[in-house]
Amino acid sequence: MEISPALLFNAIIAGLLLGGLYAAMSVGISISFGMLDVVNIAHPGFIILGSYIAYIVNSRYGFDPIAVAIILSPLFFLLGRMLYRVYYVCFEKRGQESLRGLAFFFGILFITEVALILVFGVDYRTVSGVYTDVTWRLGVVDFPLRMVVPFLVSLVMVIGLQLFLTHTFFGRAVLAVAQDQLALRLMGVDPVRIKELAFALSIATAGIAGALLIVIQPLEPSVGREYIGLVFAVCVLGGMGSIWGTLAGALVLGLAESFTATFFGPSWAPAVSFGMLLLALAFRPSGLLGR
Amino acid sequence: MPVRARGVLGIMARALGAILTGLILAGAAFAQQPLRIGFGMSLTGPLGGNGTAALIAMELWRDDVNAKGGLLGRKVEFLYYDDQTNPATVPGIYSKLLDVDKVDLVVSGYGTNVIAPAMPIMMQRKLTFMSLFGLNVNEKFKYDRYFQIMPAGPNPAIGWSQGFFDTAMALNPKPQTVALVGADAEYPHLALEGARAHAKRTGLKVVYDKTYPPKTVDYAPIVRAIQATNPDIVFVASYPPDSVGMVRAANEVGLKTRMFGGGLVGPQFAALRSQLGPLLNGVVNYEFYVPELRQQFPDLQRFLAKYQVRAKTAGVDPLGFYLPPYAYAMMQVLEQAIAKVGSLDQGKLAEYIHKNEFDTFVGKVRFAQNGEWATSRVIMTQYHSIAGNDVDQFKYPGKVTVLYPKEYRNGDVKAPYHENKK
Repeated sequence: MEISPALLFNAIIAGLLLGGLYAAMSVGISISFGMLDVVNIAHPGFIILGSYIAYIVNSRYGFDPIAVAIILSPLFFLLGRMLYRVYYVCFEKRGQESLRGLAFFFGILFITEVALILVFGVDYRTVSGVYTDVTWRLGVVDFPLRMVVPFLVSLVMVIGLQLFLTHTFFGRAVLAVAQDQLALRLMGVDPVRIKELAFALSIATAGIAGALLIVIQPLEPSVGREYIGLVFAVCVLGGMGSIWGTLAGALVLGLAESFTATFFGPSWAPAVSFGMLLLALAFRPSGLLGR
Repeated sequence: MPVRARGVLGIMARALGAILTGLILAGAAFAQQPLRIGFGMSLTGPLGGNGTAALIAMELWRDDVNAKGGLLGRKVEFLYYDDQTNPATVPGIYSKLLDVDKVDLVVSGYGTNVIAPAMPIMMQRKLTFMSLFGLNVNEKFKYDRYFQIMPAGPNPAIGWSQGFFDTAMALNPKPQTVALVGADAEYPHLALEGARAHAKRTGLKVVYDKTYPPKTVDYAPIVRAIQATNPDIVFVASYPPDSVGMVRAANEVGLKTRMFGGGLVGPQFAALRSQLGPLLNGVVNYEFYVPELRQQFPDLQRFLAKYQVRAKTAGVDPLGFYLPPYAYAMMQVLEQAIAKVGSLDQGKLAEYIHKNEFDTFVGKVRFAQNGEWATSRVIMTQYHSIAGNDVDQFKYPGKVTVLYPKEYRNGDVKAPYHENKK
């Protein structure tokens, strides 16, 4: 295929926009899995829960789905706190977090899925907003707003999280809990409480990511499972626990997917993306920006 | 006859009478055993909405049959499991239905992806297998007790897209090039196979022929790659989520082509049709029933009236134009065959279905040797005048032009696609 400038620029923009969505979906995993060592396999389930909450409010009251998700993110934060509390008491405290904890989060994923099916049924749901069917054109490059708006929100969320984690006491405590919990205790900080709040933060990001996802594509309750591989891949590729790394990993996977779909055939996209992940693991096991 | 001998005979007669009475009573009791029909159905997963709608239609049939006294004097019961739209679950489901649950009959779930993995079990046990919307499944199995209710005709891969390509070739000037695209799944692969055959038949040059993973999030790069090849027509074979993605991307990219669509699964269902709304305008796509054809399908109205009430409660496809009538019709075929054969003998049922025509809500159905409809009745349509996302607008005529087949046609295709999106 001839590589025209229009095709090339559009592939770059589409890849970046897609990467923005992937970053929003993965940043929570970067916190829970990368920093707290909690293998929250139910993360995509909470993303879908966020999608459905955005859908309900949007379809009933016409409010913007992303604004709804941001406003309701404290609820996800509270949900995250409760969930971590259960996880801590039942598994982490007893040193059974590895395998049983994993099973616990699998269970949570399926419970979320089944609850959504029982309440909403299995039809595909989507949202509408003033920007969902609008595309801006700048020269030869298209900017579909249903991709641009989620990208911008994701960027703000990721940058905000990075600033929060590096410029506040709580944020530095979260980074410390991943490295040395004993040292944190010696400084008078309760690592369990820090982990609880950080985990809650990761679930809050899932709620917002859910709204971004349903703006981009229609969803049904079981679709969350399909993103388990993706969110962990982004986290590992970017570097465990690195927020900038998550953003970089997400953008790299988005660009890889877009370029492969445009120039080589979309069927190859997953192979190329995960091939890159394997290469990264082989030559830079700590990920793109991991320490 | 000595008194003693008469006494012995009397005892024997009474014993025989008791045995006969026992047998009659047992027979009566057996007649009361329900006739159990087993199947897997996609109640969750990507095709869960469609599967649930099909199940409602099948339950309507079951209730109607039971209201008439059942089948062979037995009440009909369903035993079904959710296959989660996952082909890997299907062999296990049918093995359990047959070996553990010991159902009397089995039928298929919805769609090519879950019908194909059930076929080896059906063939091994020589079961008559009525199936629901499988595209060309029997092409490879060549099983003589397989029957399929979707009206794709005796050569489904060809019949499926015949209307799209015949409509395209009637354009003036004739198109020269075609782009073929579809998901990496059983149905799109089979549909694309047929489309390639049509391209060869009509002399169209294939300038793009690729598939994509069903989990794709953004379809714009795919549509841009298609646009770069500048095809005269674009044939798409996709499942619901990717149909939405492709239609959205075609609108966002501003795809310039003369005809777009053909094999999009999804717009037939109310949920996706209303979600896409005006974005569907100009798309040419297959349907099995549209309100424009009310006169030609008078019996269907009776079914839809009943179905739409239940669908509203269940929260699934409130229109029910596409799959539900055929799910009901599939069971009607089985019902009529069992009633005429008078038993559940699988060989006799298959033989009867092969040789006879059936009266159903979707019209008269006759099967070809390979178990597909004897004649194709895939309707090719073009969406237009869709305004907003209100589902009620689709209940009445006025949003679709029927392009194919000739006997149902009520207008001409409006081309090019990009200039007719209203």
